[in-house]
Amino acid sequence: MSGNVLRFTTAGNVDDGKSTLIGRLLVETQGAFEDQIEGAKRENERRGGKGIDFSLLTDGLRAEREQGITIDVAYRYFATPKRKFIIADAPGHEQYTRNLVTSASTSDVALILIDARHGMLTQSRRHAFIAHLLGIRHFIVAINKMDLVDYRREHYEEIRKDFTTFIDRLGGAAIYCVPISALKGDLVTESSTRMPWYTGPTLLELLESIEVDDQQHKLHFRFPVQLVSRPPASPGFPDFRGYMGRVVSGSIRVGDHVVVLPSRARTTVTGIVTHDGLLQEAFARQSVTLTLADDLDVGRGDMISCEPNPPQVRTEFKATLCWISEQKLHLNQRYTLRHTTKTVRAIIGEINHRLNVNTLECESPISELQTNDIGQVRIKTLQPVVCDPYSVNRQTGGFVLIDENNDTVAAGMIEEK
Amino acid sequence: MTHNWTHLRELESESIHILRETVAQFRNPVLLYSVGKDSSVLVHVARKAFHPGPLPFPLLHVDTGYKFKEMLEFRERFTTEIGARLIVHRNDDAIAAGAHPLKLGVARCCGQLKTAALLHALDKNQFDAAIGGARREEERSRAKERVFSLRDTFGQWDPRRQRAELWSLYSGAIHEGETMRVFPLSNWTERDIWQYIVQEKIPVVPLYYAQERLVVRRNGTLIAADDSIHLKDGEVPERMWVRYRTLGCAPCTGAIESRATTLEEIAAETGAAKISERSTRIIDHGTNTMEDKKREGYF
Ligand SMILES: Nc1nc2c(ncn2[C@@H]2O[C@H](COP(=O)(O)OP(=O)(O)O)[C@@H](O)[C@H]2O)c(=O)[nH]1
Ligand SMILES: [Mg+2]
Repeated sequence: MSGNVLRFTTAGNVDDGKSTLIGRLLVETQGAFEDQIEGAKRENERRGGKGIDFSLLTDGLRAEREQGITIDVAYRYFATPKRKFIIADAPGHEQYTRNLVTSASTSDVALILIDARHGMLTQSRRHAFIAHLLGIRHFIVAINKMDLVDYRREHYEEIRKDFTTFIDRLGGAAIYCVPISALKGDLVTESSTRMPWYTGPTLLELLESIEVDDQQHKLHFRFPVQLVSRPPASPGFPDFRGYMGRVVSGSIRVGDHVVVLPSRARTTVTGIVTHDGLLQEAFARQSVTLTLADDLDVGRGDMISCEPNPPQVRTEFKATLCWISEQKLHLNQRYTLRHTTKTVRAIIGEINHRLNVNTLECESPISELQTNDIGQVRIKTLQPVVCDPYSVNRQTGGFVLIDENNDTVAAGMIEEK
Repeated sequence: MTHNWTHLRELESESIHILRETVAQFRNPVLLYSVGKDSSVLVHVARKAFHPGPLPFPLLHVDTGYKFKEMLEFRERFTTEIGARLIVHRNDDAIAAGAHPLKLGVARCCGQLKTAALLHALDKNQFDAAIGGARREEERSRAKERVFSLRDTFGQWDPRRQRAELWSLYSGAIHEGETMRVFPLSNWTERDIWQYIVQEKIPVVPLYYAQERLVVRRNGTLIAADDSIHLKDGEVPERMWVRYRTLGCAPCTGAIESRATTLEEIAAETGAAKISERSTRIIDHGTNTMEDKKREGYF
């Protein structure tokens, strides 16, 4: 767990009821305020609608409200006595790949909405595929609009079976299904008498109790250096030299042997410094400053790691790219690659194949990638990248590509070999 | 995982990471210090981020001339105590010309005393990144804002041309003349802010605590009856127990009725609040929305 904060992304087709569901979750957990709800009501009435349209509460930009579509990922917050929740709300239509890739990259759980009447459509498969590709291994499937199928169990069971079969094909993940009516409120935050055949938790109870055992914590120690700390002498710190960063995986103790990459210099951790005092041990997700036994040439972009099982040092690798720019991918053009705290020049040498997200088939030969395409490429970098495969470590396996306009054009995931 | 890794530790650690990325990626960053509770938290987290070193950037306060005197006193005391470098910037021309919300309207007054002043200060000091305490929860257009949020050469925000922000990779690449706004507290809520202030014993301006104060009711908002607000005919100041949820300019910031006199009571009251804090800011009322103001360069 990441400190009792659950970060989840939402995905659903247009009209499956995502705005209604999130609106209800926010209102019923007091994640939305009365004046905001009133404002959404007034705005709806001005356009001739009646009552509250929850999408007016969640769609933050004027263009979105005017066109009635959600353009961009929005972040929402609510809390219960058990947990704080961060929702990355990805819109279902325009730019869905770009938005879902973005929101999934920071999430531990995907909440997938499916209309009970329609069952699992191509789009639901796409959403599940992208979330799984980005490393999400916990899926909550909210089977919505149960009121429109008379709260009948068959619909729920069929979708549950289809979803599980599909995820198994992708390599598996934990799946939790809950039948709901976002509109009527059944099994969202309150129990329901209309589905006696369902004895599991409500959606909110699921969100509160789901265990996303912190994957990053169990992995090997990785510490990308953000900055070198060399402050003027102060009481207690007469001649300080430390390395600032966030432990992205594993843990480290004072006295541990470490290796600095890519230089491969070996040394020992002598101190873990924080404003709240010196620590004996630091864990994944903690921002700290490390001091080392030897005066080495260590700077931003270097990675401090445990001695056995160090990361790989590579200048050439295969990667899966999610192409998010409106400009096509250009082979042999230079891009800037940003990975952990390191920025290097990179060239895409070849495109191995493009993934058809509907059929899951690899298409080749392929000469270009366009917006929302997902493909496997071979990348060369001018300086070494210290990394792990994305399938092993999301924080040291993920990167972005930036073009000469400074636009972020692709999200990348480094592969095994 | 360690048993004491709370949601506040998680938020703090993420914010420290963002602050360090800012210092690593920009030539001349500045922290926009508005003297309010979010600024207090931001400065506190920044001090933690760079410990045992000093703050690696100055604080900039855009002073409209209408700030509460308690805010200015607190600002002097607090920045001296922590040894921070403070830059105060005002739009002196507009102030000399008598800019006032009753005269110009709230939107134009804010445009001159805040937005124009801020853009001028960034330009004059050649700051390339401005770190602010805005949170996504505050307002629906802010819910769409990136942590590293680009401003063009006119200081303007284009919500349709935002860069994708993935994992914890923040891209600070900018062209000549562009600037970045950085929001390390993006994922914090008002409740988190008060819980953290209690936990860390962070000093805040006394106006956040309830006390009997002289106020007038104006358009349903409780406004402090001090010299700057220009009493209108028929407005009679009254003494009430009030406090502020957010602090801005005296003529445009409403108080709420409250008896919360300790941090714990404030945190509890915030946890139960049914109205958003921005509702007490007159700038957020009316047709010129936060999105419009942000597009123009407002913080
Ligand atoms: N009957 C019924 N209608 C629903 C339910 N959830 C949402 N709707 C309706 O479905 C339509 C689309 O909902 P909306 O939340 O805007 O879907 P979105 O496009 O996924 O955000 C609206 O008319 C909702 O009132 C539900 O559980 N039952
Ligand atoms: Mg919607």
